[in-house]
Amino acid sequence: MSDFDVSILLSGPYHELLLKGLILSLVLLGVTLLLSLPLALLIALLRLSPLAPLRTIAWLFVESIRNVPLLAHMLFWYFGAPELLPESLREWLYGHSFEAIAAVVALTLYTSAYMSEDMRSGIRAVPRVQFEASRALGLGFLASLRLVVLPQALRVTVPPLVSQTLNLWKNTSIATVIGAAELMYQAAKVETATFRSFEPFVFATVAYLTLSLLITGLGAWYQRCHPVRAI
Amino acid sequence: MTFLEMVDTYWVFFLIGRYPHGPLGGLALTLLLASAALVLALPLGLLLGMCRVSPWRLVRWPVTALVFVVRGTPLLMVVFWAYFFLPSITGVKTGQFTTMLLALVVFDAAYLAEIVRAGIQSLPKGQSEAARSLGLSYLGTLRLVLLPQALRHMLPSLVNQFVSTIKETSLGYIIGLTEVSFIATQINTQVFTLPTQIYLILALTYFVLCFGLSRLAFRLERRLSERTRRRPAGSEPQPMTPRVPA
Repeated sequence: MSDFDVSILLSGPYHELLLKGLILSLVLLGVTLLLSLPLALLIALLRLSPLAPLRTIAWLFVESIRNVPLLAHMLFWYFGAPELLPESLREWLYGHSFEAIAAVVALTLYTSAYMSEDMRSGIRAVPRVQFEASRALGLGFLASLRLVVLPQALRVTVPPLVSQTLNLWKNTSIATVIGAAELMYQAAKVETATFRSFEPFVFATVAYLTLSLLITGLGAWYQRCHPVRAI
Repeated sequence: MTFLEMVDTYWVFFLIGRYPHGPLGGLALTLLLASAALVLALPLGLLLGMCRVSPWRLVRWPVTALVFVVRGTPLLMVVFWAYFFLPSITGVKTGQFTTMLLALVVFDAAYLAEIVRAGIQSLPKGQSEAARSLGLSYLGTLRLVLLPQALRHMLPSLVNQFVSTIKETSLGYIIGLTEVSFIATQINTQVFTLPTQIYLILALTYFVLCFGLSRLAFRLERRLSERTRRRPAGSEPQPMTPRVPA
C-alpha cells in the first residue's frame, strides 16, 4: 500500500465519479424517504383498522417484507419483476436507469415495512381512552386519529423513525448489487480504475459516517426539543 | 425448461451448492455462516458491551467510538474493507468465507454490544448497589449479579439478531461467496427463462427461515414478560430456588 494520495479525491475524473455517486446515494435516500413515509403511515393505519381482513393484509405485507433480506428484494425487482411487465413498459424502463428505479422500489417497500411498525407502536403508545374520549365527543374514526391520537403519537414515533432513516441511508449501499451507480459502486469503480483502494474507500466511509452522525444528531436534537410527555 | 424441471434439476444445488464434489454452498452455507458469525460475535459483543458501561473512561471512550463508527457505516463498507485490506495487511489472500465471517463478526459485535449495554442498564440500580455493598468487586457484581439477569432479558433480542445475521449473509453475494442468493443468481443465468420464479423462491426461502425464528423470539419475549408479571412488584426474575454457594 503506497502513500495516501489525497489529490485524486479533490479533483479530476475520479473526484467527479465519487461525487456523482454520493449525489445518487442522497437522491435514493431522499426519494425513498418521501415515498415510504406516507406508505408506512397507510400500513400502520391498516394494521390498526377495526376490520380484520385489512389488518391481516397489512400484517402479511410487513412480515413478508421484513423477513427477506434487502438484497433479495433488489434482485427480485431488478431481475424478476420486469418479466411480469408488458413489453413496451419494460423497454421504456431499461432506457431510463432502471437500476435506480428498482432500487427505489425495493428500498421503499423495505423501509416502509419497518417504519410502519414504529408508527404502529407509536400510535398504540397513546392510551386507548384518548381515542375513546374523542369518539365520545363526536369525532369520526379518521378525525380522532388526525386531531387527537397522531399528534401525541408523533413525539413517540419520531426517534425510531430517525433511526430507520439511518438504516435507510446505510441500505442505499446495497443498490450496488444491481448496478445502480451510487457511492459504493463508484468507489469500487475508482478502485478498479486506479488500483488505489484506500482513497476511494476512505472517501466513501467518511461520507457514510458523516451523514449517519448527522442523522443521529438530528434525532437527539428532536428528542431534547420535543420530549415525550407523560400522558 | 418448465418450472418443475427447474426445481427438479437445481434443488440440491440450491440447498448445498456443489458440496460433495466441491465447496459447500447454497442455503447450508448461509446457515453455517450466520451461526458461526453469531457464535463468534457473542463473546466479543459481551466484552464490548461491558466496556460500554465501564466506569473507566480509558476503556469506555475508544469502545464507544468503535461502536459508533461501525454502526454508522453500511455492512457493505465493512465487507469491502475486509476484502481489500486483509490481504494487504496479512500478505495472504483471505478466502471469501473468512472475509465475510470477519466482517459479520465485527459488525454484529457492535450491535450486540448495544444489546448488552441496554440489558445491563435496564436493571434497577439497586441491584448493583446491593451487590457492591455486600462486598463484591465491580467485575464480581457484573459477572455474578448483573449479567445473569441481563442475559435472560436479552434472549429475544439475540434471536432477532440471528435473524438479521441471516439476512446480512446475503451480502456475501457481492464478493462472490456462494451463499444462497449467489446460487440463485447462478441458477438464473443457467435457466434464463424463469427469473421471477427463481427470485420468488429465494425470497420464500429467506422468509420461512427468518419468519420462523422471529416467531420464536416473539414467544420467548411473551414467556419472559409473563414470568416477570407473576412476581411481586419490585423483584426481578430470578431462579425460584436461590443457589447456595458450597
